[in-house]
Amino acid sequence: MALPSQAELDAAIAVTRFGLGARPGEIEAAKADPRGFLKAQIRPEGADQPTGRLASTPENIAVFQGLRRERQQMRADGDAAEQLKQLQVQIREIALQEMAARGRLAAATPAGFRERWTLFWANHFTVSATKGQVAPIVGSFEREAIRPYVFGRFEDMLMASSRHPAMLLYLDQAASIGPNSQAGQRRKVGLNENLAREIMELHTLGVDGGYSQADVTEFARALTGWSVSRGREGAAAGLAGASDPGETGTFMFRPFTHEPGQRRVLGKAYAEGGEGQGQAVLHDLAYHPATARHVARKIAAHFVADDPPPALVGRLETSFRTSGGRLDKLAETLIDSPEAWQPQAAKFKSPYEFLVSSWRVAGAAPDLDQPQRFVGSMTALGQRPFSPNSPKGWPDTAAEWAAPDGIIKRMAWAEQAGGVMAQTLDPGESARQALGARLSPEAATAIARAETRREAFAVLLMSPEFQRR
Amino acid sequence: MTSLLNRRSMLAQAACLGVSVSFLGRAAYAASEGDIAKRKLVIVICRGGMDGLSVSPPVGDPDYANLRGRIALAPFGQPGGALKLDDTFGLHPALASVHRLALAGQARICPAVATPDRARSHFEAQDVLESGGTVAYGAGSGWLNRTLQSLSPGRKIEALSVGSTAPLILRGPVQAGSWSPGGLEGRDERLPRILADLYAKDSLLGPALASGLETQSMAKAASALAQAQNSPAAIGQAPNTQAMAQPAPAPRADPNAPRQLGTTVAKFMSEPNGPQIVAISIDNFDTHANQGAAQGLLAGRLTYLDGVLDGLASGLGEDWNNTVVVAATEFGRTARVNGTGGTDHGTASTALVLGGALKRTGIVGDWPTLQQARLFENRDTAPTLDMRALFKGVLAEHLGVDRRALDAAIFPDSAQVAAARSVVV
Repeated sequence: MALPSQAELDAAIAVTRFGLGARPGEIEAAKADPRGFLKAQIRPEGADQPTGRLASTPENIAVFQGLRRERQQMRADGDAAEQLKQLQVQIREIALQEMAARGRLAAATPAGFRERWTLFWANHFTVSATKGQVAPIVGSFEREAIRPYVFGRFEDMLMASSRHPAMLLYLDQAASIGPNSQAGQRRKVGLNENLAREIMELHTLGVDGGYSQADVTEFARALTGWSVSRGREGAAAGLAGASDPGETGTFMFRPFTHEPGQRRVLGKAYAEGGEGQGQAVLHDLAYHPATARHVARKIAAHFVADDPPPALVGRLETSFRTSGGRLDKLAETLIDSPEAWQPQAAKFKSPYEFLVSSWRVAGAAPDLDQPQRFVGSMTALGQRPFSPNSPKGWPDTAAEWAAPDGIIKRMAWAEQAGGVMAQTLDPGESARQALGARLSPEAATAIARAETRREAFAVLLMSPEFQRR
Repeated sequence: MTSLLNRRSMLAQAACLGVSVSFLGRAAYAASEGDIAKRKLVIVICRGGMDGLSVSPPVGDPDYANLRGRIALAPFGQPGGALKLDDTFGLHPALASVHRLALAGQARICPAVATPDRARSHFEAQDVLESGGTVAYGAGSGWLNRTLQSLSPGRKIEALSVGSTAPLILRGPVQAGSWSPGGLEGRDERLPRILADLYAKDSLLGPALASGLETQSMAKAASALAQAQNSPAAIGQAPNTQAMAQPAPAPRADPNAPRQLGTTVAKFMSEPNGPQIVAISIDNFDTHANQGAAQGLLAGRLTYLDGVLDGLASGLGEDWNNTVVVAATEFGRTARVNGTGGTDHGTASTALVLGGALKRTGIVGDWPTLQQARLFENRDTAPTLDMRALFKGVLAEHLGVDRRALDAAIFPDSAQVAAARSVVV
């Protein structure tokens, strides 16, 4: 067996490590210029958008509010049971559609690197459907606050995500009230520091980024007033005594809940400025050197190794800092880093990556009319879409995903998926298409020796090289 | 009869998968070792920062009601009131099973315990809680794994985590099993063997597959037993599904699910080759807003916890007398209710210690009170006990772990943190 050429190996790495796995013919297409193949996927307009029956955040929030109204109504007359049930089904359907549409995009896109890059940022700015009122808008959050910004400036994505209703609700900012604001003086209500803390710890500086409890509290005070419009229902909520401005389910600033006065965050004073005070702090966080370091390490750990090479982290950090957080430049720096092209695949796939790459082997994509098929598999493998258990997002290390139970469940799924693939595909050919020069002689032999095609596909999907990238 | 049949088929299956050696070898070890080899330990990690002042509300503390406002639990004997433990402390009304055990001398509280971490970050604090170190991200392995290492030269111990990802507490050189209820099951009996060959030189996937197969065989027997005992809703017994089709419905929706989870894990542990050490994670204790009092968000999570603990206690049967369960969290929450009917990240919280043969009652550690001057940074319940001291006490008294190992290997550089005394004996 002839050794693969450098170009063949680089093409396989480009498609399986930087991308989401190879669709038939994709490695071949990348071979002429693997780095160029990836760079061509960087574009100013940002990520692709999933397609399907998808609605905007305000529309989805309206459905949720309808459910809430029905519940109140039911207490009153007990007659709306049927309608309530319909609304619940509708909300569940919204979430399932979003999950399947996103899975379909990942499985079908010819720009796998662009989508992996996007998924990284969506996970960086996690909102989770595990919180009921957020469930119908996690999908629209990603489409509105993440996807347009993935190759723009970090600051813009930070601002968009921090102001999005899904984030404001998920991390309780919408209800945080300055104790000395008009509303705070009138009622016994006050501060909630959840969003402020997680922005500093998870989205920008990182846990060792040098901030204190006092910084968190001061930032939380600066952010008071950032909330979600209830439209005409604002009056009923009794906060303003009048309708909220703006469309229901969009960002709004509530001046009467904003903590008045100057704030001091990380040693810098921020003059009273209403809505702008929080923005000013966010701006400085986006350009803080600790943010560059935090983001650089996380990207290197996602793309290359759980414990990434320091030289790579340094390279990315410099790129982030000197470009002012330009994410297109950051992506180019990653592609140009030799450490990212080491032949040894060090990253163990998450269940999502495993499933998506399996779909790509088959050249197929999840069916939007039966979203439960895709979502159910993801749930069984421990990664229900849009539903991580904490604002830290999904784990990104082999130590967490390669648990014995995880391997057993993957094996069972691979067996079932293999049964489907076996109906139309040849396992040997699929293995070459899926892994190219990364396919080992041992795995190729095991695939060839399998008793059935179904078994051969299961071996391919469970092979050490397919489980890694 | 049923269990005998299951046991036989389990061994038959294990043999055919090539993992029978450790199965059979284990029984021989256990038989030669007497009492301590029967001892079992379960660590329940409540993630998100469980609010100790709601788990074991100090309704007798004069400052409690004021600080807590609308999330304060009512005094003993009132509707929705705390369930009385002593003049100061009660338990949350959702913890009815734990209360029943406490009245029988089989559960106690540790009301002001904290890890050495003070950053109030979930992820850093969980890291310290599970790694057993003093600083976050200092160790790549968990203290339960290092406990296995220190015990294993003398005796072979099986460990198991419940959940589809591996928690840090059990990560490390000793391969621990993992299991989660429901989901997918395979049928191809050749596939595991083919993969075991293919993974022969793979230090990540090889051991994980071997352990997974071993646990899978046990799970089949255990869930059959648990099902016989608990009537409705099967768990861990999903039927074979169509290719890429939906698995069993999420167990969380079923009100009986937590108890069933506890019972199934208990059956696992009662298997002759079952795990002696188990880690279970329960998520979503991060109650920043609308946490409620007797009812609400937190009450729901505590109901879940109570169900799991009840399932463990009842499912273990005779073995409950050989078992200690510790439920702990990464940090407590602010003493004062916040502006949104919840609580923010704090410091000390409550840990629960349960077991069929606890020798003492009363609280573990001191109560600092909630006087303003005593609050940590005028904000949180002040810690009076280091979490490592609690764990060390349990490991020493219950599993006979050597003190030198506790001070150096299991909880690195912790000689100055003395093991808590008389926690279980």
